[in-house]
Amino acid sequence: MNAIEAHHLRKSFGPVTAVSDVSITVREGEIFGFLGPNGAGKTTTTRMLNGVIPPDGGTALILGHDIRSEPVLAKQGFGVVPEISNAYTDLTAWQNLMLMGELYGLDRGKAAQHSSDLLATLGLLERKDQKVQAYSKGMKQRLILAMALLHEPALLFLDEPTSGLDVQSTHMILSLLRDLNQQGTTIFLTTHNMEEANQLCHRVGIIRAGKIVATDAPEKLKTAIEKVHTIEVSFDRDVSGDDLAALIGVTSAERTGDKWQLTTPDKDATIRALVTFTQQRGTAIVTLNTLAPTLDEAFLRLTQGDMS
Amino acid sequence: MNPAGLPEQVKRAWAIAKKDIRLYYAKNSVLIFGILMPFFLFLAFFAGSSQLPLTFLLPGLVGVTLLFTATALSPAIYAWEGRHGTLERLVSCPITIEAMVFGDMIASILFGIGITLITVFIALALGLPLLHGIIMIVSILLAACCFSAIGMLLAVPPTSEPSTPMTLSLLIKFPLIFISGIFVPLDQLPSWGLVLSACSPLTYFTDLVRYSFTGEHFFPVLADILILAVITLVFTAGTMYLHKRTMPKRM
Repeated sequence: MNAIEAHHLRKSFGPVTAVSDVSITVREGEIFGFLGPNGAGKTTTTRMLNGVIPPDGGTALILGHDIRSEPVLAKQGFGVVPEISNAYTDLTAWQNLMLMGELYGLDRGKAAQHSSDLLATLGLLERKDQKVQAYSKGMKQRLILAMALLHEPALLFLDEPTSGLDVQSTHMILSLLRDLNQQGTTIFLTTHNMEEANQLCHRVGIIRAGKIVATDAPEKLKTAIEKVHTIEVSFDRDVSGDDLAALIGVTSAERTGDKWQLTTPDKDATIRALVTFTQQRGTAIVTLNTLAPTLDEAFLRLTQGDMS
Repeated sequence: MNPAGLPEQVKRAWAIAKKDIRLYYAKNSVLIFGILMPFFLFLAFFAGSSQLPLTFLLPGLVGVTLLFTATALSPAIYAWEGRHGTLERLVSCPITIEAMVFGDMIASILFGIGITLITVFIALALGLPLLHGIIMIVSILLAACCFSAIGMLLAVPPTSEPSTPMTLSLLIKFPLIFISGIFVPLDQLPSWGLVLSACSPLTYFTDLVRYSFTGEHFFPVLADILILAVITLVFTAGTMYLHKRTMPKRM
């Protein structure tokens, strides 16, 4: 079963079409990154998937439950971490967690045990009885994460969870997300941070002007946008540029310092040819890098026209 | 456990009510609109109308108190929550809009009953006998539900400005007081006034309270109870339906 199956979601606000046609499938156990420029429809899509706003058209199955016809059953299975903390600031962290426990139907003993464990993991246990209004942004964000995890959801929605946070809070949250995913939690991560998406996500979906323009693994997405790949290689002795240019698949070979940059439409064939070449010439490869475009470049390329 | 089942949703509604009690009972606007305003309103009228006996005025005080307290909290809850982003958190939780509304109503009902019982004790302390205690309890319970539903109805138009529904609620509450037999006996009202008064749920509640204290009543007691019950059901169902429709517009 897929954790999320959304088909042809649409949403307009008056004359403005925020989401015109979004279909997303997120498999159980994966970390799915949802990327897009400002105003592309990320938040609207996520809110439709969370059941916060109803779509004008299309369907969304969350953990097998239709978010429109079975909203309670769908919501029971997921947790939500919004970009801006929305804990009750006039309540303590503990009271916020107990409220969440009751809203998710946990018995009080279990809610208290989970709350203690989560607050300890997130470094908030000592300040659990302090009102949230006295918390820093990082502490509030960690509390929101604890509130979203209290009922041990199978699916976690996060919207820019580390935006504007200090290094310590960012590291703590990302590390927890990795651990959760290893334990089987599916994660739907909306982010602007390409490095974060690159490091965390198994697959990313890119939305532009209310439509999904690409969905794939970050590495595949990066390479898919380049028809010609670059391989950077250095050897333990001098080799001829002409010999390198004659290798299978290589279209050009240029020297840059002590390295060679080979361009090729077929990375795999060229690397195999390089290995054979070094064996035949009795030379050794010192370094070998494939210079794929970054996810930033892929993102910019795929969302070109919206970034101005 | 079926999270969507009625027993589980009622439990979650109670969680909402407890949250409201913690957060909103001590808010300045709730205390001003719910307690101080009806108290001073009554005091002003009491001082200015010495010809009416306490046996008439004190049931009116009970009526005004319940109307103001049971509607003090509910109109502004969603505006406060919308402003702080907490409403979106609640909506993303596994609780129906109906249960959320019910939870907010419970908090308003308890606030209304708590403060109103004080006025009942004041009336008893001033020498009024409690002739029909069961009727008093039933009528306070019913009217608290009815008035809290009215409060939630006033919260239906989406806004993030809490003063908007509070002001709207005053525009409704003041006319209700003057047509409901609080300060003017129903039998002294002109026929058009009586028609208006029959449209107000406060009329039936005040009639029941007056009956509980003095044994006198304008409408038949059973009719008072039935009409109050019907209005409560209609208003409760109406507010739940309307909030379900308007909630997405608050997001």
